[in-house]
Amino acid sequence: MKKLINKPEHVVKEQLEGIALAYPDIVKVHFDPNFIYRADAPVKGKVAIVSGGGSGHEPMHGGFVGFGMLDAACPGEVFTSPTPDQMLEAAKIVNSGEGVLFIVKNYSGDVMNFEMAADLAREEGIRVLNILIDDDVAVKDSLYTQGRRGVGTTVLAEKICGAAAERGYDLKKLANLCRKVNINGRSMGLALTSCTVPAAGKPTFELGEDEMEIGIGIHGEPGRKRIKIKTANEITELLALSIIEDIFYKRTIREWDEGKGEWVDIELEDPTLKHGDKVLAFVNSMGGTPGIELPIVYRKLHEICEKRGLKIIRNLIGPYITSLEMQGCSITLLKMDDEMIELWDAPVKTAGLRWGM
Amino acid sequence: MSKNEMTITKRDITEWLETTAVVLKENSQYLTDLDSPIGDADHGINMNRGFKKVTSKLPQVEDNDIGTILKAVGWALITSVGGAGGPLYGTFYMDAGKAVVGKIKLSTNDLIALLNAGLKGVVRIGKTNLGDKTMVDAIHPAVEVLRKTLTNNEDVIKALHCMTDAAYKGMKDTIPMLAKKGRASYLGERSIGHQDPGATSSYLILKTLLETIESRHKSK
Repeated sequence: MKKLINKPEHVVKEQLEGIALAYPDIVKVHFDPNFIYRADAPVKGKVAIVSGGGSGHEPMHGGFVGFGMLDAACPGEVFTSPTPDQMLEAAKIVNSGEGVLFIVKNYSGDVMNFEMAADLAREEGIRVLNILIDDDVAVKDSLYTQGRRGVGTTVLAEKICGAAAERGYDLKKLANLCRKVNINGRSMGLALTSCTVPAAGKPTFELGEDEMEIGIGIHGEPGRKRIKIKTANEITELLALSIIEDIFYKRTIREWDEGKGEWVDIELEDPTLKHGDKVLAFVNSMGGTPGIELPIVYRKLHEICEKRGLKIIRNLIGPYITSLEMQGCSITLLKMDDEMIELWDAPVKTAGLRWGM
Repeated sequence: MSKNEMTITKRDITEWLETTAVVLKENSQYLTDLDSPIGDADHGINMNRGFKKVTSKLPQVEDNDIGTILKAVGWALITSVGGAGGPLYGTFYMDAGKAVVGKIKLSTNDLIALLNAGLKGVVRIGKTNLGDKTMVDAIHPAVEVLRKTLTNNEDVIKALHCMTDAAYKGMKDTIPMLAKKGRASYLGERSIGHQDPGATSSYLILKTLLETIESRHKSK
């Protein structure tokens, strides 16, 4: 294992220490429990947004803490969900009294830990709502599985909701917006190589020289299918068509009902992409893919969208939700309306994403 | 005292917990290896980390009743394991502890109640059914068999052996199962043919319970 680290068991802590030193004007770092939070928290008059997940996906989520995006990010061990005490302490620090939105990726660990954290925060008088991101079309149904994973749309939701919070959206309105972003986003990923978790010391799976893993998540776990390597155009077509041809997706998820004071089952449906829709095209590197390759993917994606009558009105290209050193990419298409476009364009100042200020 | 009755002491329980930490440490690589083809290769690492925290917390809570000790174990796991294992195992021990709050020794009925409450907690939090290819597939049959054999007036040590055998079988039965929960479920049919890591760690925990009680009550 060749990595730019010291001891494997110190990776997360040392990363956090480096971040605290590098961006003191944007973030502060809290240790035991660990989380990154806005240097100017709590921000008065604004709902606070907290997310988190396993480490190893940088810049997500820690690199997205700052004005116009997250108020706090809770990093677990590499590829391991953070624990409820992290989200609880983070919520206490960033809550200005307007409540907290937890943006939660749909993995069983994340869902359970964030639900426990929300319950604990409510016991301390903090209003919390949890909204799930489950945009990965590689998982076909949710009856016999854990459900679709939260991948690329997570980044887009954090940006869009972050801007909305700055504009004073209240907790309910913000949760509704986050849910809307989720059901309008679809992603699919692919790996050319595996990745190595520092503590494990070896790759999580083996891929032959001429093989690719389709339908991966972001934790170095194997995907749906292993096939022979294809060209960038073929790969892009495979991913894009899986997204574009994904028909109505229905599933039942749990959200907190403030009125009833309990967790309730909610049915969600993703509307199918239609001719004439405006989309944000997000071409994401899984971490190890060089910058020279992403535009090649985008080139084909642009052609496919044009053929299908999808108008790409915004894009994001680069490593934003990664899996350590994995080579590969994911594509996300998010159907945008005017509200979402305006919020996407709004200023943001974080280590990982910055424009307008 | 008849063969069918046994008093399980606080020391039996704390030794079970300490030995569990040793067993999970020894099996850390094995559990992580099981978690590679159908997970993200961290189950062994996470459980080892969690039980290290449990071991460090035990001296601070040892003077309390068994229920309080188990609840503290649950919280230690919730705040250190992470992933799905943290909430699931954390809830197992916390709910097990709630079933025996105030007790400083346990009857065999208390033991059944404790394990059953833990199992129910896991099912509630994980929204799992038998056959989903999870830890429940080892724990559920184990608790069932323990209750049955004790109700049939079997010797307690024998009943614990039957419980452990049932857990072992449940763990092995996960091999041909199609995963319907957790990370393994994303693999679809590729999850078939692999033993579930959660069922394996559950089996190890229950086996350690048997071995602790057997070795400590041998002379009785």
